Amino acid sequence: MIKQILAERLSRRWQGILRMPKWLQFVLITGFVAVLPPFIGNYWTHVLAYIGIYVMLGVGINVVVGFAGLLDLGYVAFYAIGAYSYAFLASPKFGIHIPFWMMIPACAALASLGGALLGIPVLRMRGDYLAIVTLGFGEIIRILINNLDALTNGPKGLLRIDPPTIGSFTFTTPTHFYYLILGGCLLSIFFTSRLNNSRIGRAWIAMREDQDAAALMGIDILKYKLLAFAIGASFAGVGGTIFAAKQGSIFPDDFSVMVSVNVICLIIIGGLGSIPGVIIGAIILIGIPEVLRAAAMYRMLAFGLLLILMMIFRPMGIFPSARRKLELKKED
Amino acid sequence: MGVLLEIRSVTKKFGGLQALTKVDLLIEEKMIAGLIGPNGAGKTTLFNAITGVYAPEEGSILFLGRQIIGKKRHEITAVGIARTFQNIRLFPNMSTAENVLVGHHCQMHAGVWGAVSRNRKTLEEETMAQRKVMELLRFVGLEGQEDQLAKNLPYGDQRRLEIARALAVGPKLLLLDEPTAGMNPQETLSLTRFVSRIRDELGLSILLIEHDMRVVMGISDRVTVLDHGIRIAEGPPETIQKDPRVIEAYLGRPSERVRKRSRLPHKNV
Repeated sequence: MIKQILAERLSRRWQGILRMPKWLQFVLITGFVAVLPPFIGNYWTHVLAYIGIYVMLGVGINVVVGFAGLLDLGYVAFYAIGAYSYAFLASPKFGIHIPFWMMIPACAALASLGGALLGIPVLRMRGDYLAIVTLGFGEIIRILINNLDALTNGPKGLLRIDPPTIGSFTFTTPTHFYYLILGGCLLSIFFTSRLNNSRIGRAWIAMREDQDAAALMGIDILKYKLLAFAIGASFAGVGGTIFAAKQGSIFPDDFSVMVSVNVICLIIIGGLGSIPGVIIGAIILIGIPEVLRAAAMYRMLAFGLLLILMMIFRPMGIFPSARRKLELKKED
Repeated sequence: MGVLLEIRSVTKKFGGLQALTKVDLLIEEKMIAGLIGPNGAGKTTLFNAITGVYAPEEGSILFLGRQIIGKKRHEITAVGIARTFQNIRLFPNMSTAENVLVGHHCQMHAGVWGAVSRNRKTLEEETMAQRKVMELLRFVGLEGQEDQLAKNLPYGDQRRLEIARALAVGPKLLLLDEPTAGMNPQETLSLTRFVSRIRDELGLSILLIEHDMRVVMGISDRVTVLDHGIRIAEGPPETIQKDPRVIEAYLGRPSERVRKRSRLPHKNV
């Protein structure tokens, strides 16, 4: 009896939260996240920042996989392009020191160029074939990085990468980067949610649902595929730049195929095509292993189990994407 | 009346199979043209040739006097040809309204910048599009369903939604591939009336593939009959009904008729 009442109250409270206007939910969550660092200490701030980078990657790949339905297993390549572009042009390696804030758009552009270059040859492929080619592309980039010693120092990595600065202020502590990454996440979420609810987002989703029907409704399939690849890649480019600046040094191992796998898993767990899903997925996939450090041996086991359970009980993800309602209903 | 679509001796082969052989078809403005023929006669292949899904090996397809063979699918849609599918092909996980909005894609122009900045031009365009969608949903009788996912609609409504989506393209020619398939007599009757309304109220031309002879003969201005990829007859419904070649294609030659009578598709051919 008591249990029932409690459960009912709890669910009513929960629904009250869900019924709040979208922007209020957003402001509350953002505010909560923004005041966290002083309370949780350096280590957890660092973990949350890491989760934040994965949110950015997740939001980006969500455009390619979630919206446009193109299974891209080589997403890490664009992350690497962003990180190494920044490292080349803002470290003692070549003695070039271009400011971080100029490199952000430049790295986004370079990564999306990479996305378009990958996109062109694979435009006519679907499903599994596309997945295999993109997987290969991701590996090619990693192997290039590993072996182009003159350029990348190979496995020794690139060191002493410039941190971001604003005037005389330099980003050094985990808390500084925490806010930088929070800003990056908010911007990425803003961009993709606007795209999602637009003519372009609808074209992507229609393409995912039925490519031939979409083409016959007037959607230029090749153009929208390329666009999805390029835009999706640009988020990884920015994520990579921030990662390189935060770490101060990058190594080929940071860009293994596991990054792509993690990013795909997190959007599947969160709910394909859903932006809140990306956040939840990143927290679960990147955050929980940190909590369970002690049981690190069983990490991959738990991971596999989680995916299997998800597929059985919630195949649409924790936060399935909801299609937007029409604003203009009763009006004439 | 002006000529809208002119198909001249179109031939399409699939390997050794001659799916269409020198097919001709003429559609004038504001005309309902019926396309009939036994299963496998090449009706849907002709639709696919018109909409750019297949490129015919020979012949020409002129839309408003311009060659459309060789154009891409979305380009053909953009010049004003929209279609529905024999087996419904909606976007199942999009809402009813969004399905129609996708049909309106060609009429809109917002790019990446417009979508992200949501500037006034984009907002106006979006508002106009949503109005158009509501209008179309009312026209096909789906008002109040805008936020339903397409996959959750009943079968008959899905057919109507497909037509609404095609109309959102803003076509001059609408291709309907068996719109009454799987419908009961009442639904068929109301859909038949609805097809005439599309022509009368929106001023479109319609090319209709249909197996139900009452529907075809009832609303078509002209009927074209295909059999084994060859046009065997063309004319007003009354002549087609009496044409011995058509009767033969559907029923077989007199000597065979007794044997085949049990399998007649529709008695009143």
